[in-house]
Amino acid sequence: MAKQYEFKARFLPYLLVIPQMVIVFVFFFWPSAQGLWQSFFLQDPFGGTMIFVGLENYLRLFTDASYAYGESFIISTSFALTVTAFAMTTALFLAVQANRKIRFATFYKTMLIWPYAVATMVAGVLWLFMFNPNVGVIAWALKTKFGVDWQYLINSGQAFFLVTIAASWKQISYNFVFFLAGLQSVPKDFIEAAAIDGASPTKRFWKIIFPLLSPTTFYLLVMNLVYAFFETFPIIHQVTSGGPGKSTSILVYKIWRDGVVNLDLGGSSAQSVILMILVVGLTVLQFRFLERRVNY
Amino acid sequence: MKKILSLTIALALSATAAFAQVQVEFWHAMTGKNADNVQALADKFNTSQTAYKVVPVYKGSYSDTMNAGIAAFRAKQAPAIIQVYEVGTATMMSAKGAIKPVYQLMKETGEKFDPKAYIPTITSYYSTSKGDMLSLPFNSSTAVMYYNKDAFKKAGLDAEKPPVTWPEFFTIAKKLKASGMEGGFSTNWISWIQLENFAAWHNQAFGTKNNGFDGLDTKLVFNTPLTLKHFQTIYDLSKDKVFIYGGRENKANPLFTSGQVGMHFESIGGYANMKANCKFDFGVARIPYYSDVKGAPQNTIIGGASLWVFNGKSKEEYKAVAAYFAFLSLPESQAFWHQNTGYLPITTAAYELTKKQGFYDTNPGPEVAIKQLLNKAPTGNSMGIRFGNFNIIREIEDQTWEDILAGKIAVKAGLEKMVKDGNAKLREFERLNK
Repeated sequence: MAKQYEFKARFLPYLLVIPQMVIVFVFFFWPSAQGLWQSFFLQDPFGGTMIFVGLENYLRLFTDASYAYGESFIISTSFALTVTAFAMTTALFLAVQANRKIRFATFYKTMLIWPYAVATMVAGVLWLFMFNPNVGVIAWALKTKFGVDWQYLINSGQAFFLVTIAASWKQISYNFVFFLAGLQSVPKDFIEAAAIDGASPTKRFWKIIFPLLSPTTFYLLVMNLVYAFFETFPIIHQVTSGGPGKSTSILVYKIWRDGVVNLDLGGSSAQSVILMILVVGLTVLQFRFLERRVNY
Repeated sequence: MKKILSLTIALALSATAAFAQVQVEFWHAMTGKNADNVQALADKFNTSQTAYKVVPVYKGSYSDTMNAGIAAFRAKQAPAIIQVYEVGTATMMSAKGAIKPVYQLMKETGEKFDPKAYIPTITSYYSTSKGDMLSLPFNSSTAVMYYNKDAFKKAGLDAEKPPVTWPEFFTIAKKLKASGMEGGFSTNWISWIQLENFAAWHNQAFGTKNNGFDGLDTKLVFNTPLTLKHFQTIYDLSKDKVFIYGGRENKANPLFTSGQVGMHFESIGGYANMKANCKFDFGVARIPYYSDVKGAPQNTIIGGASLWVFNGKSKEEYKAVAAYFAFLSLPESQAFWHQNTGYLPITTAAYELTKKQGFYDTNPGPEVAIKQLLNKAPTGNSMGIRFGNFNIIREIEDQTWEDILAGKIAVKAGLEKMVKDGNAKLREFERLNK
């Protein structure tokens, strides 16, 4: 056992954590408390009138059909799951391919990592310029060369497809880096031993490599879900503005739209409180149940 | 050497001048060339006198700017002047204690101010129903029709005879499509152009209580047989790709500028942009109307933004703001703004001046817009729209229109949904601002 050092001063530990606590307080607890407080009021944006309405802002979300909160909930969830599944499987496939002894491996790796350097906002603009039915090059090709009725400004299925691809594209690079690192740390002996015992490449992958990758996979699952739920805002904002109709209006986008653009502070606060509870719940669930199945 | 000396003197002079100067901030949302024009106007004002200095500050999009203003007001750091888009008008009006009405500001500071000098269709949008001006119109526009003259010729149509009525318009649109174009027509701003302006142009009510001017208990009433006929026709034409939807706000512009459609509805504020981007000869015409509607065409309404003054500033600051507003209202300032941006002049004198300078001989487009705006004296249906939660009401209209085009909801049911959901938002605003 290594000897542990002990500080004798009673206040030093507190002093050392204070900077971190101040940051957490200012950027997390304070705004959260404000959001919670404001979710119980109807207020005019200038703060002149504040009417206490209890839980009305919350009830409004679930009872008022024009709010379409449930709809947004389903959209967000399916969006997050699709993006996560697509980005992770593609990245794993690419990482396995790049991990082999092939020519130009470094070149491929560099190219695959590159998209991660693109800011999400810029990625949104890129996809917009390619696929916008009015000006997009690929949209034009789809329409004239392939006879596809490409009109994502009206067709909600196409809009959902486009934002999913755009959001995944960037994330694939991120996942790729982690999977590749994970694959390289799988001991060669295990694989060789299995090969000698006559295990097929598929079997070797599923029985040895994949289980050994599970810490990476678990980490990426959490990161991807968080990314798809919260950080895809710029892509939605650039590419579809939540449309057509409300078909790509995910929760974070809706909170911004209702609060910042439409100045419904109470309703927007209630939405953020629900989202906060959701995130806390999701994180707890993931760590309690999923982490147990992970082999470190 | 001489140059350096004179420069030093100039700097020293301006430094001392700045010392005694009253500075006021002007937060705005203008970008690109229009931002340069905002700065140019401020520079002109600042060099025309030494007592005051106006500092324009760009704050992002319209909603960003308004939000910045709200946040600043709540933190007691508000600028003196803020530019707010027309949909924010009712919100600003109801902001108790946050706003200093322009007519009051001018009276208190004793600045020369003649409400009759302004064009009524423009100022009425930002005035009480008694005619007291609350904010100063700044960049005002109205919706017009742009048409591709080359495409007209190619389709065997008379390029100097744009359609006057909607039935003529639809016939021409089909002919343009038949001549080999991707589509016949498109439109920006479905809510502002095809609902709000459509109602005003036909002298029909968009909402009760004179479109909300006479009370917060206003209700949307635009789901008339006329609107239904209009929207049903456009929807039917979208099936044959005679109408092409290009997105919300002004996102449909590329359809016209790239020559995919031959006719397009857009603000006259976009005139400079059209001139820069169209590689073909285009014309500007009035919005068509249904000739069987009594009183049509009436006049169209404006869009754009106005300047609001925040409350709680010092007497000197208010004097500076009043002097700047008087400067902005000068025919020369307005003519400069109008001719450089495409936005409309706010005084009749500026219009006359521009005419005298021969601007319209080479730029006929803006005059079409002014004449359309001045077509008749405004009625209760065509003074403007004053709704709280207006932005979200427009959003509901946009969303529902997209659902109609996708075939998710019938045209009639869609219009009813717009009215019903919009009314709920009006009630929320009424409850908050009683």
